[in-house]
Parts: sequence; structure tokens; C-alpha cells
Amino acid sequence: MTILIDKTDRQETSKKQKYKKVAYYPGCALEGSAQPYDKSTRAVGKALGLELVEIKDWNCCGAMEVKNIDPEIQTYLSSRVLSDAQHKSKQDVVMAPCNGCYHNLKKAEYDLENKDKSRAVTEKISKKAGHETYKSGDVETIHALDWIKFGYGEDELKQKIKGGLKGLKVANYYGCMYTRPRHIFPEKDQGGDSESTSKPHYMDDLLAIAGAENVEFPLKTACCGGAHTLSDSDMSTKLVLNILEAAEAAGAEVIATECPTCHSGLEMHQIRALKRLSKDTNVKVVYFTQLLGMAMGLSPRKVGLHANISDSVGFMKQKGIA
Amino acid sequence: MAIHEKSLIRPENITTHDNLIIDGIDVSGDWSTFIRTRVVSDYNENLEEEIAAMPGAEYIHRCWQCGSCTNSCTVNAENPDFNPRYWIYLIRMGMEDELLRDKDIIWQCVSCNKCTSACPRDVEPEGVMKATAHWMELKGHTAPSNSTIFDDIFTEQVIKYGRIEDGEVLKDFMKKSGQPLLQDWIVQMVKQMIKGLPVMSLMKMGWATIFHPKTKNWAKARDAINEHIAEEHAAQKKALGLESAE
Repeated sequence: MTILIDKTDRQETSKKQKYKKVAYYPGCALEGSAQPYDKSTRAVGKALGLELVEIKDWNCCGAMEVKNIDPEIQTYLSSRVLSDAQHKSKQDVVMAPCNGCYHNLKKAEYDLENKDKSRAVTEKISKKAGHETYKSGDVETIHALDWIKFGYGEDELKQKIKGGLKGLKVANYYGCMYTRPRHIFPEKDQGGDSESTSKPHYMDDLLAIAGAENVEFPLKTACCGGAHTLSDSDMSTKLVLNILEAAEAAGAEVIATECPTCHSGLEMHQIRALKRLSKDTNVKVVYFTQLLGMAMGLSPRKVGLHANISDSVGFMKQKGIA
Repeated sequence: MAIHEKSLIRPENITTHDNLIIDGIDVSGDWSTFIRTRVVSDYNENLEEEIAAMPGAEYIHRCWQCGSCTNSCTVNAENPDFNPRYWIYLIRMGMEDELLRDKDIIWQCVSCNKCTSACPRDVEPEGVMKATAHWMELKGHTAPSNSTIFDDIFTEQVIKYGRIEDGEVLKDFMKKSGQPLLQDWIVQMVKQMIKGLPVMSLMKMGWATIFHPKTKNWAKARDAINEHIAEEHAAQKKALGLESAE
């Protein structure tokens, strides 16, 4: 028993050291439609003294589309990001706040470890492109949730925040790509403080520390139809409406998000549901980093709240949060 | 395991007898055709092999028909006709005609990966759905779906620049899929986006539209990627006996 506790302690300490300074992979969405997520992630990191080294000349991870044209190209694209993090940015941890990027880097890690063809194609293209071939296991990919939870530490966060989100009812929405398929996340479902793929809780943990009242939300890992948000909009509107209505039924005032595709999907189809199906929902859609930032006393502008499509500025002021 | 016999109870396969008396017993009414002798002749014995040659369907042979995929499926919950378990069965049996009845909905898989997480045999049904939709387009059974049009536009941008600019993807997609850009909900969305947006963000967005985000030193990677995709697509066509179509 003693040995077990010692081991956990050591892991926590080493994560804290490892995550203090990490390679940052914002990805295309955070450079475009999800600028508020990028802004609030950087602001929270700064406020907590966590350092981000943005990967120089990063490329798209392949998102959800490239694999349908060719899966090995998707693996190559993600492997190039990992290679750059290691060789150009000289980091052995890369942090991606976007679920899609995070998922694809994890998927590339899995494919390079387990599939001969993925290794062969990645090596072939990396050589032709003139950069180091990424080898599985060289870099650890983490999400912004891991970065804050372990890099700063929950006890420290409690001291720092002192319940800034008190009285805010939040539905934590994790989406698909953070937990599925589970075989690409070997570190999850390992008991202890590891993340769960069926009932993820890292976002709940952080926002609870910030004082939020997390509601019992059954659709935490439901799909918003993000892959077809434009190509099959009617389906996406239905799926998003399920999520919005379930959150409201659970008593939530806010849906906290951790993925730009989910976030903009919820925002877009909340409007589309009103226009096309006359279904009006009022729950606000906010990135979890925006909530954490405001809980720490950062202004709404500092966390990009005004740039969200879902307008929550007035609401946050009324709640005394912004 | 007569799962495909489901076709025999479709309305068009029901026989109605208004006045049928056998051995003095009135058995009038609707009769499904299962009691008739019949021959199934539309097997394509290469169907499983052809679809398994498309990326994503490599593990279709592992399926033991437990139905975990359909049971967990996001799209199935909205449309019961969307049935991955059934389609995998038809593909493995070679029942092409029955599979083609659903050709216009298979592309609707949203890649949520619930099926792949739930599958006890690691079939990766999400990949099978993508492979099947891809096969249908290559064989000419369906026109490129909206999903394929989107994937193509997105991938083209990634290969060309190394990165995408989401405004441009949206614009190109609406144009190529024949949808008006100025739809009520998109206009409303843009209005809400611009309202309250700091000037810096607006400038950033404008800048990205004029000067497409690019990855530096990308040209060599671009050429190598294009070369690889051309090889793979030629191999796929060959697997379907379509090489002369080029």
C-alpha cells in the first residue's frame, strides 16, 4: 500500500514538472473560428505561470476529413507536428486544446506503434519532405485539461481561485474525440486519478474547484454531428438540439466545452434549431478555459468572451462572474 | 442465421389473399413470402473483398454480428434504417442489391466512434461505413456525397497550404454542394459573431481571408503527399477492377 502511494506521489510530481513548460499546438480552428479558445488558454496559462512554446510552422493534423481521403496521410500530418515539437521546439510534451488535434496526435501515436503501413508511409514522406521521422513514444500528447489539472495542480488551483464561479450551474460537455475510440488512449481507464472514457470528469473536477455547480448531465460524450456540421446540417441540428435540451433539463445555465468543433457546432445549430425548427434554447456555450479564466478574475475581454457567437457577456455580469 | 430474410416482410413482398380456404379453414389475409420457394441470385461473391480493399474496412471479417455497433450508433438513434450491423452482414454475405437499397444514407455516419469503442471484435465499424460509402462512389452507385465534397475541399487546402482557413472551407463547400451562402441561420450566426467582436479579432479574420494561413517550407511535403495519394487511389481502383476507367 505504501509503495502504491509513493508511486502515485512521484507520478504527480513528475507530471507537475513535465507539464510546466510544454510545446503548444493550437491547430487551424484555434487560429480561425475558435480564437476565443486560443486566447483564453494562453491567458489562463499565463495567469498560472505555465509556459507554452508554440510549435514553429505547425501544420494541420488532418482534422476529421483527411483520413477519409487517405488514413496514412492523416497519420503523417500528425506525426510531423510531433516531430516538430520534439526536434524544433525541443519539448517532450505537446499540449493540444482542440479535441480533434489531441485525438489525431494520439491516433498517430497508436498507429505508429502498431501498424507497419503507418510507419512505412510516415517514414517515406518524412524523408521526402526533409524532416526527422517521428518515432512513437518520443513525445507525450496531453489535452489542456491535463495541462492545468496536473501542471498547476488541483490543490494549488483551489488556493488561487477561491470559488469564483459560485452558483453557476454547468453541464460539462466533452464530445467524442476526447475519449473515443478508447484504444488510442491507453492512459485512460487506469483507475486512480486517470481519466474515464465512459464518464470523463477532468473538466468537472476543474470547474468544481472554481466553484461551479456541475449538473448531472447524461450527454457528456454524446456526438454533436460535428463531422457533418455543414454537409448534413439537419442531422447536426437534431443532435445538437438533444444536447442543448438535455443540458437545460438538467438545470444547466451554461454548457462548458473543450473542443472547437463541438463549441461552434453547438453555437451554429442552436441558431439553426431556432430558425428551422422553431426550437428556442437559452443555455450559454462557453469554453472551459473562459470560465476558469473569469473565475481567476480575468476580464471577459481577456478570455475572448465577446468573440463567442453564443452571447453570454450580459449573463456573466448578472451572475457576478464577469 | 436468416437475418437477411427481413426483406421478405417488406410491404412489396407481402402477398394478400382475399379469399383463401385450405382444408376447409379460412386463411385469408396477408402472407409474407417466406413460405414460398425462392432462389436468391444476386450475390456478389467479391463484395467483402472489394470493400475490405478500401481504407477503414480491413477488419470487417472479424464481425460476429453481436449488434453492439448499431446499438450504440448516434445516427441509428435518429434513423432506424441506419444499421451498421446489418450492412456488415450484407457485405459479408455478398448481398449487393439489398445493400444498395441504403446507398443514400450510409455516408451519413458522423464518425463519433461509439461503435468502434463498443465493438468486442475490433471491427472498427466507423471505418467500414466510410469504406462502404467510398466504394459506392468509386463503383458509380452514388454521386459524391456532401461529406465527400467537404472532405475533398478540406484535404485539398491542407495539401496545398499545410493549414486550412475555416471561412474559405465554408464558402467553397456551400458553392460546390450547391447551397446558398446567405441562408437565414448563417446570416444570423455571422451577425452574432460580429456583434461585440473586438476590432483586433475582425482584423485577424480579414487578414486570414486575404492571406491564407500557410505552413512554411511545405512544398516538399505537399509533393510527397500528392504522390502517395495518387498511388493509393490507383491501387484502390485496381482492386475494384476499374483501372481502365482512368
